[in-house]
Formats: sequence, C-alpha cells, structure tokens
Amino acid sequence: MSSNPDSTTPTLSVRGLRKVYHSKSGDVEAIRNLTFDIAPGELTCIVGPSGAGKTTLLKCVAGLLSITSGTIELEGKPVTEPPAAMAVVFQEYGRSLFPWMTVQDNVDLPLKTQGVPKAERAQRVAEALAAVELAHVPRSYPWQLSGGMQQRVAIARAVAYRPHVLLMDEPFAAVDAQTRADLEDLIRSIWHRLGVTILFVTHDIDESIYLGGRVLVLSNSPTVVQEDVRIDLPDERDQLTTRNLPEFAEARSHIYAQIQRAKTTTGNTIANDATETAH
Amino acid sequence: MTTVKNALYALGLPAALVTLWWGLTIDSTSFYVPKPGQLAVTLWNEWVGERFLTDFLPSVGRLTAGLVATILLGILLGALIGSVRWLRTLTEPLLEFLRAIPPPVLVPLLMLLIGINNQMKVVVIISGAIWPVLLNTVEGVRAIDTVLTNTCRSYRIGGLARWKYLVLPSASPQMMTGIRQSLSIGLILMVISEMFGSSSGLGFTIVLFQRAFAIPEMWSGIVVLGLIGIVLSVIFQVAERRVLHWYHGLRKAQRDA
Repeated sequence: MSSNPDSTTPTLSVRGLRKVYHSKSGDVEAIRNLTFDIAPGELTCIVGPSGAGKTTLLKCVAGLLSITSGTIELEGKPVTEPPAAMAVVFQEYGRSLFPWMTVQDNVDLPLKTQGVPKAERAQRVAEALAAVELAHVPRSYPWQLSGGMQQRVAIARAVAYRPHVLLMDEPFAAVDAQTRADLEDLIRSIWHRLGVTILFVTHDIDESIYLGGRVLVLSNSPTVVQEDVRIDLPDERDQLTTRNLPEFAEARSHIYAQIQRAKTTTGNTIANDATETAH
Repeated sequence: MTTVKNALYALGLPAALVTLWWGLTIDSTSFYVPKPGQLAVTLWNEWVGERFLTDFLPSVGRLTAGLVATILLGILLGALIGSVRWLRTLTEPLLEFLRAIPPPVLVPLLMLLIGINNQMKVVVIISGAIWPVLLNTVEGVRAIDTVLTNTCRSYRIGGLARWKYLVLPSASPQMMTGIRQSLSIGLILMVISEMFGSSSGLGFTIVLFQRAFAIPEMWSGIVVLGLIGIVLSVIFQVAERRVLHWYHGLRKAQRDA
C-alpha cells in the first residue's frame, strides 16, 4: 500500500500551518501554528474543543482550502489542490452522496472519472461494498438507507478509491450511539486490512482513544497542537473490554483534562507560557 | 382500482361541464355558441383530413422545434451564466430587461428582421419561452450543495464529468420547473406568431374562421389548442417522473424522517 520505500518519511507532514479567514467584518485567525507528522499506516485522531478549527485543518490538509502560510506535504509533495492519493469522508453523509445515483454508482463514480477499466471497477465496487457490509443494496438510492448505512456508502466510496491517506471529518457525529460503535469497529477493520493512513477528526474523547494509536489535542482558536498523546492499548479492540481497561480510563481523564485546559488555551496563551518559561 | 378512480376524477369535471353546456344550449339558437354535438362534428370534419396536414402538423412542428431549442439553449446558457460569477454580474441587468419585454411585441420586429417564415415563428417561441428555463437553471446551478462540490473536488472530478454528474443533475429540479412554465408560454407564442403574416397553422386558421364568421369551426380550432396543451402536459409529466424520480424519493424520505 505505502508508496514510501523509506518508512521514516512521514506520509503527511504539516509545518507551521496558519490559516486566516478574510472577511468584510475583519480577519479571523482560525489556525495559528500547527506542526505535526503522520507516519505511514498510522491511525491518528484529532480532538479539540468545538470551534478549535478541526474542520478547517482537515480541509486544508485535503487541499480544499488554501492556507495562509506554512506547508502541508503528502508523501513529500506539497498539497496545493486535492491530491489523488487522498480521500475525504465528510460529516454530512446525507449531502456528500449523490442522491440521483444508486449506491453502486456513487461508489463507482470516482473510479469511472479516473479512467479505471470497467471490469476492475466492478470488482473494486463490489469489494468495497462487501467491506462495509452493504453488498445487498447496490441498486438502492442513498435516501432509501438509514444514516449509518449512508455513511458506510461514503466509506465504501473512499475505500474503493484506494487512497494512501483517508481523512475523516467527524464522520459519526450525526448517527446514533449503537451505529457509531459499529462504524468505529468498521474503521478499525478497514484500517487493519488496507494499511491505509487515517486522520480522524472527532469531538468525542472516547472515540479518539478507542480508534487510534495517537491523539492530537488541539487548543482553542487560534489553534496550536496542545498535546500529542500516544494511546497504549492492545491492537485488538472491543467495544466492551477495551473501554473498561484501566489504561482507557487513564487516557480518557488525561485527554479530558487537556480539553478542559484547551477551552481556555489558545495560540496566544501558549506563546505567553513559552515566553514566561524562557525567562 | 386506483387507475379507474383517478380516471373518473380526471374526466368527471369535464364531463359535468359538457353536460351543463349541452343542457344550456339545448334549445339555443345563438349563432356564437355551438352545441356540443355540432362542435364535435365540426371538429372531426375540419381537423381529421387535409387540414391536419396543412395546418395542424406545421403548427406542431414549429412548436416542437421552438420548444426543443428553448430547452437546450436555456439550459446551456443558464448553466454557463450560473457557474461563472462575472458573467452573471454582467448579464443580470440585461436579462431582467429582456424578460420584462412582452414577447408578442417582438413579432412585428422579427417579421422585419427574419421575414415571414418558419424561422421567424420558431424564434418568436424561443424569445419568449426561454426565460423560465434560463433563469431557473441559473438558480439551480448556483444552489449546488457545497458538500457535494467538495466531494467532487476531493475525488478530482472536474471538467465535463463534473457537469454530467454534479451540475446538471443537481440543477434538474429547478430546470424542470422552468421547462413546465416554458411549455405553456411556447404554445401561446406559437398561436400569436401564426396570427401575424402566416398562411398556415392553428393561429392562422382560427383567425381565418373568425373573419369568415365560421363560428363552430373557430371554436374547433380552440379545442385543438386545448388538446395540444393536454398532450404537452402529459409528455412533461412522464419526462419529469423519469428525470426527477430521485428527487421525489429524496423529498419523501426527508418528509418522513
């Protein structure tokens, strides 16, 4: 899967990212200074208080928003437009699927426009739909499915596209708790099977711990990385047992405390802290 | 069972009105209002035969050509204007001006510019009927969901594929609303264009009968126009159900949720 022969080269490298929105009512600095690397095959979650610029960050990484300064590199190449090796799953599943296309046509469309041969397309679509357990509804329309199923179609579309990096923007924020647990396990299993690098934005602390090997905690806006937390949980995860592990509880209270701090922390206060420490 | 019920609903009121008309004219001697039976006979005698070829078909041909051109041009220009911001800003005042002009006043002008021929009549139809399609398409293209736009961008779906799979289907509900309005405007303009300087067609024939005081014959022409309107509407409904079946399903799903 990885196109990097050298596994020490990060798949994704964000350096000094700054994003300022310009508007008539004045400039808003959404992201102050973000620097982090994502290694090949990593599953990293990004959490932060609401309004921390998580979605802005993801859109910048996806090449959907221009950045004010800094660099974003995917496999060594700067991201200036949506890269071919990247797929995005949006939070608004109901608005990211084409309502005039059937489930299989939705999954097929990116492959068709990339010029993948027809026989290969059919196989990849079928595989992707099977991977998200939707092989039985290829000819349904998205609006005939439940919210959780619609989001699985969007995931299947991303899987069939075979990206090196999969970006997910609070994909499960709008589904019910049971569906959300199922979808979390689905993401883990797809990640295992495909070895794809995943950057997963969420506001749910438990979700970030359960899913990933690493959690980046963002500060309040203007945003910086407040903490980079390693998650030491066994690779085999289970909704019941994993969430009851003492390590899980420990990570939860740690990140919870960080988020509480993050609500009052911004790029400004952290810069001040640094100056104070330097004195 | 429901089809029978729907058919009864659809035909019930016309049947009642014809009965009323028959009752009111049963011992009428009015020169201007024919009896239903008399009109039916006239309709058959006048329109099933030579006049079908010399007047009915030319009219329908002009209407069809005018409407097809209206729809294609309206969608093309509307999609272009809707998706290019400077073009929209540039053309907006002009479009407001042009669509405010009542299309029948263009007939004398176009007669001078193009001459008294079929092209003139088709251009009259386009010049009046294009606005609903064009303006609705502009709105439809402008209102594309940003999440879908971002989805297309992130999967690098651009160029013609973007038009085919995103822009046109997304704007199709508004387009169909525009087309529905354009159909009836097109029919009106077909008749008007034939009333001025023409030697064939329904508009020409109706005026001819009126001037010759052939009153039942004049009425029969009006009935033919009404029937064309019904056929247009049926064709539109069938097409709409095919093109927008996803839209009606989506709307229903959103209502039920």
